[in-house]
Amino acid sequence: MTMANLLPLPVLLPLLGAALTLVARRKPRTQVAISLVVLAASLGVAIALMWGTHQQGPIVLWLGAWTEPLGIALVADRLSALMLLVSSFVILVVLVFAIGQGVADGDEDSPLAIYFPTFLVLSAGVSNAFLAGDLFNLFVSFEMLLFASFVLLTLGGSGARIRAGTTYVIVSMVSSFLFLVAIAGIYAATGTVNMAQLSLRLPDIDPTVSLSLQLMLLTVFGIKAAVFPMSAWLPDSYPSAPVPVSAVFAGLLTKVGVYAIVRTQFLLFPDSPLHNLIMIAGLLTMLIGILGAVAQPGIKRMLSFTLVSHIGYMLFGIGLATELGLSSAIFYIAHHITVQTALFLISGLIERVGGSTVIDRLGGLAAASPVLAILFFVPAMNLAGIPPFSGFVGKVGLIQAGVADGGAVAWALVVGSVLTSLLTLYAVAKTWGFAFWRPRADQETDQTFEIPTLTPNFGRLSDAIGAVVAQQRPATPIAPPAAARPVERAMPPLMLGAATTVVIFSIGLSLVAGPLFTYTDAAARQMITRDAYIKAVLPQEVP
Amino acid sequence: MTAIAPSLTLVIVAGFLIAAGVYLLLERALTRLLLGIVLASNGVATLYLVVSGPAKGAPFVGARPAEEMSDPLPQAMVLTAIVIALASVAFVLSLAYRQWRITGSDDVPDDAEDELIKRLADRDEVSSTYDPDTQSTTTADEEDATA
Repeated sequence: MTMANLLPLPVLLPLLGAALTLVARRKPRTQVAISLVVLAASLGVAIALMWGTHQQGPIVLWLGAWTEPLGIALVADRLSALMLLVSSFVILVVLVFAIGQGVADGDEDSPLAIYFPTFLVLSAGVSNAFLAGDLFNLFVSFEMLLFASFVLLTLGGSGARIRAGTTYVIVSMVSSFLFLVAIAGIYAATGTVNMAQLSLRLPDIDPTVSLSLQLMLLTVFGIKAAVFPMSAWLPDSYPSAPVPVSAVFAGLLTKVGVYAIVRTQFLLFPDSPLHNLIMIAGLLTMLIGILGAVAQPGIKRMLSFTLVSHIGYMLFGIGLATELGLSSAIFYIAHHITVQTALFLISGLIERVGGSTVIDRLGGLAAASPVLAILFFVPAMNLAGIPPFSGFVGKVGLIQAGVADGGAVAWALVVGSVLTSLLTLYAVAKTWGFAFWRPRADQETDQTFEIPTLTPNFGRLSDAIGAVVAQQRPATPIAPPAAARPVERAMPPLMLGAATTVVIFSIGLSLVAGPLFTYTDAAARQMITRDAYIKAVLPQEVP
Repeated sequence: MTAIAPSLTLVIVAGFLIAAGVYLLLERALTRLLLGIVLASNGVATLYLVVSGPAKGAPFVGARPAEEMSDPLPQAMVLTAIVIALASVAFVLSLAYRQWRITGSDDVPDDAEDELIKRLADRDEVSSTYDPDTQSTTTADEEDATA
């Protein structure tokens, strides 16, 4: 029973930390200390939970001392424990990076005070989403992390961030409304929102009602996970945020959506007729995302498009719905969280050293900073899926599962995933060739900002560019001012250390790929058979 | 669980509010988006009244038999949803105000980067990174968007 009492801690500790950092808003050092302690403790709890779930199966805690199926249940099974561990680690490292950036820019008195509390609420929301045992609690955790992300995305309130933030806020709210409608429908049809109870009751209701509820949930989580027809908001909003914000968004927020897809599709709708739909959405997400990435001159935008594209791999595994497919998808989620966070953190370092993240304006970085070159090269190759990195291992697992399935759609996805992998390699190799490998002399010397000659039809565009220009003026809290930044500025040790840690962790994933795959196999088996989960939550209702 | 006949009036009201809200959400001006959020969230809240069934007595334990009580759970959920909608409205209002302070209008502008890439496509030109010798046409710097 002691293990179950750990369950609320990954949510409670960051929330308590958020309250304390708000109180200590004029004392940046105290804020830093509180945030570090709280997130390190959450990481410790996540490790303990992962060990516990692996040893004794799903851990359940009913909150508030209600009679059992009435209260709110927190549940950790193998899948949620792994997600919790990876996300706590990534959040802690990004916090260290943010502290490093803040210390380096000497902005101890700037309006950064809101960063730490918001970041901790985000962390609590992410943990709560992984632990939620009922749909409404999942909705609440989505709102927690969304509201924190609204604030973080519009930090500083400059024109570009407000524009990006508006898109993000409106899209998120539409998905929240849809989620509420789905929950209302589910409650009306079954009289419960507890996921374990739903998995017992949903088979009894009219299959067309059940299918429409399933489609609604899939749409909601598809928006959060940036699945193709609903993915346009992501590359539009993430790149404009400060690096320590976009890194954690890129690593975690879409994966929370993917996690919710896995949880609901497998637990609630085991005999889903939608597997092919999920796989086709995955194929389109892969291809359209990566074609977007190839066209982008900015590193952060390129990374945002690869982020969308690689969500397709996870959908591939989910759509196959075999043990190997789901296991590889879970492995791929863990791999992708670390590698995408690493690349975004490194784009922040590139911005510092090279003075820009647009590849036309970069050059000779490999000579200027060999450490940075290696740091970029390793996760970039990992993302493209070059052996021996973890991206390769995950992709091989998915392709094996696709071949084993043998259907036409599965083969289309096998071909599509190889093609996407090649195009990813092209996109990151292009960045490498321009930013790192070519001589510095080739980069564009003209650092001034050209305003395009605008035709009257581009009235809206001029607004946008006006806003972009307008925000060159004041320094914003987290990112240092872009203009007139000295090139080849030394990298602050904390930022470098944080980025290196994530890169080493991502290499570590390929070193422990064997044991990790054993674990994800077990997690996938647990998701597909469902018995252990349902029995742990509702011991009295299952024989 | 006993079957409940849903109230048709409430369903129609909810549908109408959500439809009006979605229509406003398709607008460009932030104040209209705000009104859209208000209408849609009220429509969704009305759905929970449909779900909770016909109104009955207050659900205090021991005050009356269970059959005469309203279902408290949808009410608890909708209360949470209403609080969240209130926070959303406050946040969008502040976004609209900020947008108006910066650009003098509360329209959501297009993304400059997207437009620039679209113009390249319209003019059938290659991107500047295609060949380093070509004159660059990339104008809006990513770093300016991030600074």
